[in-house]
Amino acid sequence: MTGKPARLVQRSKNKGIQIILKYARMLSIKDLKVSINGKEILKGINLEVRTGEVHAIMGPNGTGKSTLASVIAGRDVFDVTGGGVLFEGKDLLELPVEQRACEGIFLGFQYPVEIPGVSIINFMRTAINEQRKYKGLDPIPAPEFLARMDAAKKMLEMQTSLTNRSVNEGFSGGEKKKNEIFQMAMLEPRLAILDETDSGLDIDALRIVANGVNKLRNQNNAFVVITHYQRLLDYIVPDFVHVLFDGKIVKSGGKELALELEEKGYDWIRKNL
Amino acid sequence: METILTEYSFKDKLVELFYENKKSNFKADIPYLSKLRQEAMHEFERIGFPSNKHEKWRSTNLSKPLTLEYVQHFEPFEKNVDVGKMFSCEVHQLESYLFTQLNGWFVHENGGLNHLPGGVIVGSLASAFVKYPDIIEKHYGKYASFKNNGLIALNTAFAQDGLFVYVPDNVVVDKPVQIINLINLTENLFIQPRNLVILGKNSKLQLLYCDHSLLHKHSLINSVTEVYIDENAVFENYKLQNKDNDSTLITNAWITQKSNSSMVTNMLTLNPGIVRNNIAVTLDGQNCSADLYGLYLVDKEQHVDNHIVVDHAQPNNYSNQLFKGILDDQATGVFNGHILVRKDAQKTNAFQKNQNILLTDKATIDSNPQLEIYADDVKCSHGSTVGQLDAEAMFYMRSRGIAEDVARMALMNAFAAAIIDKINIEPLRTRINELVSKRLRGELSICDQCILDCREGRKYSFDIDMNRLKT
Repeated sequence: MTGKPARLVQRSKNKGIQIILKYARMLSIKDLKVSINGKEILKGINLEVRTGEVHAIMGPNGTGKSTLASVIAGRDVFDVTGGGVLFEGKDLLELPVEQRACEGIFLGFQYPVEIPGVSIINFMRTAINEQRKYKGLDPIPAPEFLARMDAAKKMLEMQTSLTNRSVNEGFSGGEKKKNEIFQMAMLEPRLAILDETDSGLDIDALRIVANGVNKLRNQNNAFVVITHYQRLLDYIVPDFVHVLFDGKIVKSGGKELALELEEKGYDWIRKNL
Repeated sequence: METILTEYSFKDKLVELFYENKKSNFKADIPYLSKLRQEAMHEFERIGFPSNKHEKWRSTNLSKPLTLEYVQHFEPFEKNVDVGKMFSCEVHQLESYLFTQLNGWFVHENGGLNHLPGGVIVGSLASAFVKYPDIIEKHYGKYASFKNNGLIALNTAFAQDGLFVYVPDNVVVDKPVQIINLINLTENLFIQPRNLVILGKNSKLQLLYCDHSLLHKHSLINSVTEVYIDENAVFENYKLQNKDNDSTLITNAWITQKSNSSMVTNMLTLNPGIVRNNIAVTLDGQNCSADLYGLYLVDKEQHVDNHIVVDHAQPNNYSNQLFKGILDDQATGVFNGHILVRKDAQKTNAFQKNQNILLTDKATIDSNPQLEIYADDVKCSHGSTVGQLDAEAMFYMRSRGIAEDVARMALMNAFAAAIIDKINIEPLRTRINELVSKRLRGELSICDQCILDCREGRKYSFDIDMNRLKT
């Protein structure tokens, strides 16, 4: 079984290249219920993400935004008590963490982990080659890897020496978040979930990170951006905005919903429940 | 001359053996030596082997290896053997002054003493006993005290051969000196190598000492190394212990440093049966630095025990201990790091860290920091961690597409890298990296650690224990 349903793919007779139809269904979350230690965190989430789309998930603290991101990425401290997640037709919850990544899912961590002794460059080469192995490809040729790395570093205005350092070790909050987007640029995922990537960033870093995301946006990938604040969405303009409240998506709309939220605050949501 | 040591009362047998052989085998001794031997034997008779009742031996049990039968040689079993033909060193591109010992003896053309540029002497201690009695009287037996130490007493009583290195003042030895101590005998063997390393003022030496076994017979090694580092000298010491499950290796290193000297020792224990390393450093001068590193990777029933004592006998000195280990299966480990800061040793900086990863519930480590401080203006720290691999780091790596086993390996390699990176001899560092990676993957098979170079068409018959070959 391949990831992409055949009916969504057209073959151009002239150019012989694949064109994936716009708005192909990518991620489909149905009535997802998740508990941790017996406490229900997600109480029936429904969400459809198609290729080329950017979804923003907003909501106050402790409503389940990060839990949703973690469950999709495969963190195993949660119990899925109901519903399911399909990614390009596959039952995502059945796959181990690394296979989800190889299928094209990327989680930008809210709190990136420090790994002393593992350099970023080795980390990325290993990750890319592991993903290539999964797809039956040979390891990435060194020049291609280096070119990709240089481009990503330039895009994110990262110091050249940073990639020789151990992953996130001794990084500032901003450097850690940049490093997440750097990894995303290196791994070229199909679906990136960015969990509060904007938190801890000053305005310059925010702009750089957002520009990075915008440059990586295309018709074949999709983004789910989790954030508290409208601020990030000034730079990364979403197609859809969802409000997560008490484990449920209580309101969905276009980018104007984010502005409305900013103006009226989450109390407005609470009152309208 | 060969003697079988039987199981009942190993101690009594050794005492008997000493007196039987005293006249015949130690007859070339200078008076200083024979007196020292006799005193050491009296001490051994008095206290014998350490047992679990001794505080410092609480967690390392020698009773099992001490009940086996061994042979002990009073002269080289094989003479004129070209040890170099029996193996080739696996550390590629390592330019070194290479010397070999077979079953604890210098043999073949390395048998005597070798003179390197600058008046450096490297070779057999047995020869040095005869040729340099003045140096022997000045240094030998002066640093490793056998008082209340049965193993050092025993070694001092019987010591006949081992490594002798003498670096004169102002001489920098241009290449590492490498010693391979090879055990190759079809019987269980008991040996007691004795090494003496002397660095003159402003001199520099890198010493690489490898313990290897070829045949999988039981061996018991009780070695004593004395090192004297004179003022402003620099000493680097690497020890690679890549043995087998049937070996018991006890090493005692006593290092004395004079003012402005610096010393690095790095103990790499990859495949021991039972290993006990005692390292005692005395900072007997000022502005000395002593870095003690160690890495141990053990599995199955293996046991590793590092006992470190750093004696800050004088003010203004720096010492740092960093020992890291990964323990798998039912392996057991001990780390005992003792920092002694004497009353007058003000402005002492002494640090110690022991970090362990236990891969199973059955692996254990007994980690004991011991700080004994009598001065008041000192900076000391110690830390000890025991844990599993970092679950968050595992998840992070896997979330990038890296398979669980690859991520585990990467994290274990990274853990070990903190020690390996301290190796200043590049080809050695590269080789140790490879060995450690293989060791961690469980792939360090007999062919990788074996130093018989069968792959180049040389054929030697030896037994391969197929159980040790992992598929």
